[in-house]
Amino acid sequence: MAINNLSYGRHGLRDWLLQRVSAVIIAAYFLFLVGFWLTHPGFDYDTWMSLFARPWVSLFSLLFLISLFVHAWIGIWIVATDYLKGAFLRYTVLILVALSFIAFFAWGVQILWSVPA
Amino acid sequence: MNKKRPVFLNLFAIQFPITAIVSILHRASGVLLFLFIPCLLSVLASSLASEADFNALRDTFSQPLAKLLLWLFLAALSYHIIAGIRHLLMDMDIGDSLQAGRWGARIVLALSVIVILLIGVGLWR
Ligand code: HEM
Repeated sequence: MAINNLSYGRHGLRDWLLQRVSAVIIAAYFLFLVGFWLTHPGFDYDTWMSLFARPWVSLFSLLFLISLFVHAWIGIWIVATDYLKGAFLRYTVLILVALSFIAFFAWGVQILWSVPA
Repeated sequence: MNKKRPVFLNLFAIQFPITAIVSILHRASGVLLFLFIPCLLSVLASSLASEADFNALRDTFSQPLAKLLLWLFLAALSYHIIAGIRHLLMDMDIGDSLQAGRWGARIVLALSVIVILLIGVGLWR
């Protein structure tokens, strides 16, 4: 039964916990951005750049990216397992999602990296 | 299985409990957010690339279609977070009786409608 999945072995509880911890980090990050936007009325490029130039913001952004992909991966895995009953189709979709996540994560890191400190 | 058992699938006549609606919307919003990930990254990339790109992005988001897409994203995110918080509370055994669950579902829907409308007002103001 545990053969037909892409989560290595039976890690339901670990996935469940990761899903929750990552949810809280993602929510905190979006609320942080909204809060920043609301408290900076004449918000322009320089304000935005100086935000991402701060080391702790880079770190927070990196943590957000990791959480986003962990959360979305577990979520999509659950949804795919619920609706895609054919093993071939499910594997194909999940492998495409996994590959795109690797590429997107690299892209995200590169975006953060490109901001001069 | 009995192949001749009656099937009733009139989606307009089937009544879903409010808790089921809140739950399926949470799933739908999660999948929608997942589809928005590339957009999110490309917006972040151009917003940080240069001042010209930043201002071009600003112009883009003053157009109706882009605004609508942004609203759709923010609506999905708001709903997913509000319903997600209820989910987390229920995981901690808060509000997970049948009655409290129904009230929680109503609160999630009402709060989401308010927040999504407010965001819309903010975007088109
Ligand atoms: C853009 C970011 C996000 C994406 C792409 C996303 C995507 C998803 C997906 C696809 C699911 C699976 C749905 C299901 O199992 O029915 C899910 C579940 C969940 N999400 Fe998110 N999510 C995001 C942000 C958030 C945030 C900020 C929260 C904070 C409250 C959150 C809380 C949850 C919870 C608690 C679940 C578990 C639901 C369950 O176990 O049934 N998510 N998410």
